[in-house]
Amino acid sequence: MKTKSLRARHNKLADTHTQLDILNGSVFAEGELPYFKDKLMESGQFPLKPKKLEILQINVGYMCNQVCEHCHVDAGPDRKEIMTRETMEECLKVILNTGAHTLDLTGGAPEMNPNFRWFVEEASKAGIQDFIVRSNLTIIRANKKYHDLPDFFKKYNIHVVSSMPHYTRGKTDKQRGDGVFDKSIIALQQLNAVGYGMPDSDLRLDLVYNPSGAFLPGDQAALEKDFKKALKEDFDIDFHNLFAITNLPISRFLDYLIASENYEDYMYALVEAYNPAAVENVMCTNTLSVSWDGWLYDCDFNQMLDLKVQSKVNHISDYNESLLENRSIFISQHCYGCTAGSGSSCQGTVT
Amino acid sequence: MANSYYDPADLRKFGKITEWSEELGTKFFDYYGKVFEEGALSAREKSLIALAVAHVVKCPYCIDAYTKDGLQRGITKEEMMEAVHAGAAIESGATLVHGVQMMNKYNKLSM
Repeated sequence: MKTKSLRARHNKLADTHTQLDILNGSVFAEGELPYFKDKLMESGQFPLKPKKLEILQINVGYMCNQVCEHCHVDAGPDRKEIMTRETMEECLKVILNTGAHTLDLTGGAPEMNPNFRWFVEEASKAGIQDFIVRSNLTIIRANKKYHDLPDFFKKYNIHVVSSMPHYTRGKTDKQRGDGVFDKSIIALQQLNAVGYGMPDSDLRLDLVYNPSGAFLPGDQAALEKDFKKALKEDFDIDFHNLFAITNLPISRFLDYLIASENYEDYMYALVEAYNPAAVENVMCTNTLSVSWDGWLYDCDFNQMLDLKVQSKVNHISDYNESLLENRSIFISQHCYGCTAGSGSSCQGTVT
Repeated sequence: MANSYYDPADLRKFGKITEWSEELGTKFFDYYGKVFEEGALSAREKSLIALAVAHVVKCPYCIDAYTKDGLQRGITKEEMMEAVHAGAAIESGATLVHGVQMMNKYNKLSM
């Protein structure tokens, strides 16, 4: 298990240009597989245009207490990119005026941003319908100062979305690090104890499943059933929904695919599973992603590849929702990850 | 030509068999797809049966395909190995039950 980010290891994939060269090269350059653009053209869906903005996703920093093998953010304790209070203030102005019904805070571990609690408190005043925090669960157990997070989340009626790669210890720890499974179980029990995830509770607790390896997620409903049964029987844990998310071939997951000689097979699997119906609802059509330093992206993945929105407006400081809705979405071959099978988004399947 | 009878990349080309016999190929893949749908047995159970049979018929393509299918369904390695043993037990049982034939013949030929 690696303990440092690609960046700290000076891995060549820390450079987004290298990643894009790989995604544009080999099987695609040789014509074995079609470019994503060609596939969209085939079904008359190019250029990909956004619909009405529904979700504003803000990445408050890449620092994290974990170094997961598949992380598309290349997050870890060594990452110092953290959103400042000034940028948060700019975000708050946007949150007050946006037409989006969902605010989605992510990271890294968003809770590690020193202004996280202040930001949540201020943002909650905007009366957003669905206020999500993506919490990795172990952060709640990482340090005493985080032990009260379940109560904090409850106070602001936060919708907690947490990663849980499997309901068995071995698979979870292999992807996320030793001890992650046990800490996650305790954290889930604590969230349940304050009312999160209980069958009739308004305190929403959803889990995110993403495959721990070079394969696609299976049927979301079937996986949810298995997770619910196992977590209830073994640990008396309740949660609401399971989101099955496909790993996109970028950053640390791309590094893993190449090192394990699975890259070509994985791209074949993604292209074979291409589903035009998933393109219809792919998350970049209703989401905007804001980086720690205020730049705007079509999604969190484009953020990590440094592909900013193709619009005159590309920073939170000169945000203009109607102008942004006229843009064309930046695509590359990683996009096949969101259009495979039932589709994949931060909210799970899209069909 | 490849210098090996089995090439993992050939699995992706399985669908091409239809090109040389459209009617039979299409009928086969329709049937195949239907068999693995959710039914009286769950798709998960059928995936494990397929994995066990894949080992018994010693089909490397099928082993690759149903190991991956199992992973996608969240099937654990312990469940997969038990399925392989179930197949292996039937296969060895099928050999050993012929031991009765050997015993019968032995007894018949012996004074």
